[in-house]
Amino acid sequence: MSFEPRIVGIFCNWCAYMAANLAGTARMVYPSALKVIRVMCSGRIDPQFVFWAFRNGADGVLLAGCHPGDCHYMEGNAKCLRRYRLMKKLLPQFGIEAERLRLEWISASEADKLKRVAEEFTEEVRGLGPLSFKGVELGILEEAGKGQARL
Amino acid sequence: MKPKVALYWCASCGGCEEAVVDLAEAILDVVNRVDIVFWPVAMDFKREDVEALQDGEIVASFINGGIRLSEHVEMVELLRRKSQLVFAFGACACFGGIPGLANASMRDELLNYVYSEAPTVENPENIRPVPDYKLDGVKLDVPEFLESCKPLDEVIDVDYYIPGCPPSVGVIVDALNALLEGNLPPKGSVLASQKSVCHDCRLNTTKPEKILLKSFKRVWEAKPDPDKCLLAQGFLCLGPVTRGGCGALCINGNMPCTGCFGPLDGIVDYGAKALSFIASIIDSTDEEEIEKILEKIPDPLGLFYRYSLPKSLLDGIRR
Amino acid sequence: MDEETRIGVYICHCGRNIAEKVRIDELLDFAKTLPNVTVVRDYKYMCSDPGQKLIAEDVEEKGINRVVVAACSPTLHENTFRNACRRAGLNPFLFQMANIRELDAWVTESVEDATEKAKAFLRAAVNRVALHEELEVGKTKINPNVLIVGGGIAGISAALVLAEAGVKVYLVEKEPTIGGNMAKFDKTFPTLDCAACILTPKMTAVKAHSNIELLTYSEVEQVEGYVGNFRVRIKKKPRYVKEDLCIGCYECVEDCLFAEPMFPSEFEMEIGKRKPIYIPFPQAVPLVPVIDPNTCMWLTAKKCPQYCREACEPDAIDFNMGEEYADVEVGTIIVATGYKPFDAARIPQYGFGKYENVYTSLQVERMLNSTGPTGGEVLLANGKKPERVAIVHCVGSRDENYNRYCSKVCCMYSIKLARLIKERTGAEVYNFYIDIRAAGKAYEEFYKKAMEEGVYFIRGKVAEVTDIAKSEEEKGKLVVVAEDTLLGRVRRIPVDMVVLSVGLEPQEDVDRIRNMLKLSCSADGWLLERHPKLAPVSTAAEGIFIAGCCQGPKDIPETVAQAEAAAGEALSLIERGEIELEPNISFIRRERCSGCRICIGVCPYGAISFDEEEKVAVINPALCRGCGTCVAACPSKAAQQHLFMDEEIYAEIEGVLL
Repeated sequence: MSFEPRIVGIFCNWCAYMAANLAGTARMVYPSALKVIRVMCSGRIDPQFVFWAFRNGADGVLLAGCHPGDCHYMEGNAKCLRRYRLMKKLLPQFGIEAERLRLEWISASEADKLKRVAEEFTEEVRGLGPLSFKGVELGILEEAGKGQARL
Repeated sequence: MKPKVALYWCASCGGCEEAVVDLAEAILDVVNRVDIVFWPVAMDFKREDVEALQDGEIVASFINGGIRLSEHVEMVELLRRKSQLVFAFGACACFGGIPGLANASMRDELLNYVYSEAPTVENPENIRPVPDYKLDGVKLDVPEFLESCKPLDEVIDVDYYIPGCPPSVGVIVDALNALLEGNLPPKGSVLASQKSVCHDCRLNTTKPEKILLKSFKRVWEAKPDPDKCLLAQGFLCLGPVTRGGCGALCINGNMPCTGCFGPLDGIVDYGAKALSFIASIIDSTDEEEIEKILEKIPDPLGLFYRYSLPKSLLDGIRR
Repeated sequence: MDEETRIGVYICHCGRNIAEKVRIDELLDFAKTLPNVTVVRDYKYMCSDPGQKLIAEDVEEKGINRVVVAACSPTLHENTFRNACRRAGLNPFLFQMANIRELDAWVTESVEDATEKAKAFLRAAVNRVALHEELEVGKTKINPNVLIVGGGIAGISAALVLAEAGVKVYLVEKEPTIGGNMAKFDKTFPTLDCAACILTPKMTAVKAHSNIELLTYSEVEQVEGYVGNFRVRIKKKPRYVKEDLCIGCYECVEDCLFAEPMFPSEFEMEIGKRKPIYIPFPQAVPLVPVIDPNTCMWLTAKKCPQYCREACEPDAIDFNMGEEYADVEVGTIIVATGYKPFDAARIPQYGFGKYENVYTSLQVERMLNSTGPTGGEVLLANGKKPERVAIVHCVGSRDENYNRYCSKVCCMYSIKLARLIKERTGAEVYNFYIDIRAAGKAYEEFYKKAMEEGVYFIRGKVAEVTDIAKSEEEKGKLVVVAEDTLLGRVRRIPVDMVVLSVGLEPQEDVDRIRNMLKLSCSADGWLLERHPKLAPVSTAAEGIFIAGCCQGPKDIPETVAQAEAAAGEALSLIERGEIELEPNISFIRRERCSGCRICIGVCPYGAISFDEEEKVAVINPALCRGCGTCVAACPSKAAQQHLFMDEEIYAEIEGVLL
């Protein structure tokens, strides 16, 4: 049986969550691996939420907010972007593939984009395999060119 | 009868022991008020002496260092049994500390590096530590190097935490007084400030109302103005996210806070929170520019988890 | 001591919407296993009265003190159930919705997966609601003034309804006159009454109304605040003619250095000419000239004897005028920014700009208009009347290369133009259409009438318009090539004039408006309504309404209906006087705040300040909009957000990771 990834989506209320509602109204089927929770703004997303999700069994985390310039709260999405970029740098240091965390701008009307992203991301995470049981090459010693596969 | 106390070190640098010595005259007062039954670094007690005590006979054990060897586990379990209270003493015992940074690598990677791959090592026979070894017919026990470095409370039940690398004199004295005077806070408390370093920092008043930065500075890049908030100057000071109690010691020495007192109550991941606040004050909405600014943080794990990697939500997710 | 947490879980079938994808029985059994859950029920329609009563009964009889409804999106019914809780005597925020319809039943392939996903959402909601706290709703007063952006028929209609009700209206129009596109039309379908006759009285009424402050040649530059309390900055572009002094006598226009109009008139869709100083059209409101800084000799080169100034008796002309700003405060905003016609030059094969006798529909409207450049005659470039005219429908609409949507009004206005052209010129008129869409009161009859009058209809999308003749008959003519899908063959119709029925597109600056007001748009760029059916003029932004074509193509009756609906929505808010605010604002726990000030810089609303006395940050609840970015930034967990507390979100994340 193929591996069914678990993906937590943290969506902003105004754009991404609206797109999710629209995807529903339009009956656009996408993988049930993605479970979305809602915050008012992507700027509310504390990196602790992301790590909490990984710790609690998520194989991937999808953050989604309004397109740049469209944030309901001026530029909360830019704040999300800054934290995201830094998290992307940090995750590999823990041996976690940066691809397991993804940020997308999805406007309220882009139900089709949500569907596409959900499908793509689910497949990508499926390809990466479960977070907790697979080895990966990394470690602080890698810099010295001495890195060895974990496990 | 004076209360019996024990002091012990696990994976640590000895700085915590130094910190006790740093109590200076105060230590004489402490010695007068307690009966030290075990302190390997300073006094000649043996494990058998501890084993000979009744369970719970020690009023308090102060244990520093991370847990990395099988010996550490044995010793802290023994001390736990013999002690009414256990204090995790110092950043390593509290959060894993500097030795905890080794958790960024797997055990075998570490052993390979240290015993063969490091450029200064000559080990043609590829000798490795083994837990038991016979030498001239005598069986030798070598403590086993564990899978990872753990903070104390992941091995035994801990009553109180005294953070710091090392704990500063003030927090040690306060903790001892609280112990001796019987007014310890609820179990599980961290015996330091309930506010961040900024609260105690003399430079906090020089902070502008809005902190937003276009660039970060590494400490070797510029000489900080000693009279201006280091963060406001662009130095990656972790004072805002770090528990106070040190009196902003490093900042007074013109060095940014590196976070040795760990997080404040309720923060589930120190590094994540540190990352969040640092990223929040970047003054850019442009992805490329953000990326450029972040170049000044080449090693976020080292920066944000210098003392608390083993406590991170993500630590060991792959083990 | 805290009272025991007793959660009531209610699972909605939503008819078959949820029940056909989610195994309700299994979900019920699952709910019973969750911590603190004391009552579990299902119902066909939880949003119905009996459904809501279930909650009240259980609060009363079973002593439940937390409520989870697993149903549709909170966007739809969160308030319904909060109110149900409130009526049952429970704080409305001790409630959480699990969205198992939009996020699950409607988007999941298999019953198996949908049921599992429903469990995850349900567990997340149950986890979360246990941590909810009682919250008070804040209220804010509604400033009774209204801003209307756009002075077309939509803005005008809304303004008049509001002004008549005694409300102060600021009507902002970027052009020198109000009237919008409708002012350019000759007659309107399906009644053929003249657009000016029905529009200009309304324009005059706007000008005359003491409750309406008209700001033409002005643009909204900045909007701050929130429902009930918007602060708006309006930029007034320099007109170089003082509105308060001008009497609209045209003397300045007459006496301009340019004796003849020689610059393409924007209002006349560039088929007419104007002078550098001009009044767009005779019924313009305000009837005040404007000086174009790009063509006026004085303003471009400082070389002009300024005859206009000399001619102006009231001394209204002022070349030193600069941009001015007006700051106003309003409680609600109606966006009625309209549309822009599709640029026909984008379809080169139709020959617009290449052949002189290819016109757009709006240009022909101007020709037909008795105050237009041809005095109401439909004329070819050579001044003769056309004998054969082709009208090409769906130019830029229903076309994968341009816009996929139907512009809705083109069929009807094309038929109207056909009838008017035939009436004025006696020409044979050919309509090339994909489908005729004549849905509307008396519209089909209007279409039938055109056929009776002998207007030709050819069902086929035009491939090209060319002057390359293939026969004697085609020589010197424009040939319209289309596949007649009823006859099943390609037809070439030689004509004298081609009219391109251009579609409608979102305004050029719609994104600027959208970003300023934090509105969303649909994929086509039209402003997005809160709900396509149930809240068609509301937006996701509380207190901001949309009317007319900025929301999507529509005809005049629909536009007016929307405008009046938007006015009604605004009035409803104004009459209420105050509005409850979502309690999801952030707050600082002083005992935890270290005064590090990280939060202050990240707040987009300047809602956080530093209390120098206590050395802590303070959030002004009236300014906080509840984005929570300060909470994510706060390094000492002093800042938190109601309804989105860290622990609530952790609990929710754990919940969905079933």
